[in-house]
Amino acid sequence: MVTLTSPESQIPSAAPQVSANPVAFVVDLIDSPVRDLNQALHDAEDGQAWTVINPGGKHSLAVGIDTDISVSINGHAGYYAAGMHQKGEVTISGNAGVGLAENIMSGRVHVKGDASQSAAATGHGGLVVIDGNAGARCGISMKGVDIVVGGNIGHMSAFMAQAGRLVVCGDAGEALGDSIYEARIYVKGSVASLGADCIQKPMESEHLEELAELLIAAGRTDDPTEFKRYGSARNLYHFSVHNSTAY
Amino acid sequence: MTATSVPQDSVQIDQSNPAAITSVQQTEELGLRESATFDRATIADIQRAAATGVYDIRGWGAKRKLPHFDDLLFLGASMSRYPLEGYREKCDTDVVLGDRHASRPLHLETPITIAGMSFGALSANAKEALGRGASEVGTSTTTGDGGMTPEERGQSKNLVYQYLPSRYGMNPDDLRKADAIEVVLGQGAKPGGGGMLLGQKITERVAGMRTLPVGIDQRSASRHPDWTGPDDLEIKIGELREITDWKTPIYVKIGASRPYYDTALAVKAGADVVVVDGMQGGTAATQQVFIENVGIPTLAAIPQAVQALQELGMHRKVQLIVSGGIRTGADVAKAMALGADAVAIGTAALIALGDNDPRYAAEYAALGSAAGFYDDFQDGRDPAGITTQDPELASRLDPVAAGRRLANYLRVLTMEAQTIARACGKSHLHNLEPEDLVALTIEASAMARVPLAGTNWIPGVK
Repeated sequence: MVTLTSPESQIPSAAPQVSANPVAFVVDLIDSPVRDLNQALHDAEDGQAWTVINPGGKHSLAVGIDTDISVSINGHAGYYAAGMHQKGEVTISGNAGVGLAENIMSGRVHVKGDASQSAAATGHGGLVVIDGNAGARCGISMKGVDIVVGGNIGHMSAFMAQAGRLVVCGDAGEALGDSIYEARIYVKGSVASLGADCIQKPMESEHLEELAELLIAAGRTDDPTEFKRYGSARNLYHFSVHNSTAY
Repeated sequence: MTATSVPQDSVQIDQSNPAAITSVQQTEELGLRESATFDRATIADIQRAAATGVYDIRGWGAKRKLPHFDDLLFLGASMSRYPLEGYREKCDTDVVLGDRHASRPLHLETPITIAGMSFGALSANAKEALGRGASEVGTSTTTGDGGMTPEERGQSKNLVYQYLPSRYGMNPDDLRKADAIEVVLGQGAKPGGGGMLLGQKITERVAGMRTLPVGIDQRSASRHPDWTGPDDLEIKIGELREITDWKTPIYVKIGASRPYYDTALAVKAGADVVVVDGMQGGTAATQQVFIENVGIPTLAAIPQAVQALQELGMHRKVQLIVSGGIRTGADVAKAMALGADAVAIGTAALIALGDNDPRYAAEYAALGSAAGFYDDFQDGRDPAGITTQDPELASRLDPVAAGRRLANYLRVLTMEAQTIARACGKSHLHNLEPEDLVALTIEASAMARVPLAGTNWIPGVK
């Protein structure tokens, strides 16, 4: 059982909360192990609000959430924070380690600082917002997740990206979108280089509308017309000897 | 056969020409000598490469002759050992997998499990049949690239969910439905290689499960996207445990190449079960040059993995599943005598379902192959309806009847292994030990670390 610091008398099973006026359960990770935190979040009910203090960069914080709850992590998180997130919202007021929101299915994960490599890797849905920078391999093998990065992203981002949207308000590193399938990439700043089969594509009105919606959803005020769009040339969709040097 | 685009100026080789086959037979009758270096298969490979300009892609496992279980023999009991009465005295077969950390380990009635094979590579009927057959005898099946199908979950009493580099179809709901999770780092047919499912098999349903456009080639990465190395793997396993509330056993599967180090690191990372897949292990589709030239034989891999477990004091605590070319109860018993806790079968299970059935001989011939030789699983035109997504072909496989055949085969394997174990005086398959074995060849003796028959010599050991 987690140690609840406030309100002391309330535990999740005994006090289901009303979403319109949620009571914040506060978990202090100096007193409670991560296992107990995650078990409590798995047992939580829709509408509850949880606050995690003193996360201390611990790994696997708030993973596998499958209820419509909100979780605020006040500090830095380690690897796989909000991994396989399915419902609700996780906000990290700090930096996040490797594999932030890996394989996210739905819901929203927001990092107010920077994220390390492989952010939102293999994500199937939902929205991941990173206010700062993201490291290498951001959105690798993304399968439908939307990612909005306020700063820069590292090399090999969106490698083998299948579906979803990656928005970069800063610069992108080398080999962006290598071996990309049908994901869409929007970059406001410079792109160090494009990966195999990734090309710049025209910004049509539908793309401007889509980008504007994503920026608003992420709470940003960037101008969509300042972005460029990248996607697949679809030359590698069928293995051919003529493309052997591209692999 | 190569499933690729062919340059317009290339020459196509008709491998199904019956006249050519007759001609080869005639050369044998004439006493012509075939080159050991440039045998007919090698010549055909060179001719095919010259014609197409691309490498050969196929399914199945290694076809070259390798040191294998056939090179080992059991020392049945006589005077110095006391046998159990065949079919009368009890010889147990059950195995518990994953009781190191998980609160819900698997308890199987037979230590012969079904290896990971994906829906996509296999038809839905084939996956259902695997589930039916395995459940009938109390063992497990394993998913594969592409995720979990209702057919398989519905029929498999014990289902292992693979967590693969591609993460196609990866879903936390399915993760929690699984009876075990297998983190796949490699496959015996292609250690270090990524996956390839050619567009012919990416139907609407397969594409939907893998988030891909219909009909395009599915490429998948050779390593996991969000971790590198054993320290990261330890954290990754921690995440999977947290998501499943520490209920579900975590397997780590490695392709046999450096099994001593890989097993030790898997244990360090927290695996409940280590799966070692030797180079005879099958695949749905990969480069032939990979299948035949990367990795080490199953026979060579087991002692290395067992040594790592023993040195860590984890043998029988972290269970070892061995796969790659298991065909008979003797193979099962030999793997277990060398230290495995269980085995997994893939290719043999497909054959039990009806793969390469001679009743489709004419259709195999029309595809340029023959019953017993068909390995173009990537083409999706399998006459037996197993390695295909063609609805008409897939409908040929009756999942109930095929499941019954698999159950029969699994029972035979189990009974054969029991028979041998009793002859060695063992009341449980797990009581088989290396001392029950000798080797027929120096190579097998050195790899399996059992004495050459009639001697006490183990090359490299004593």
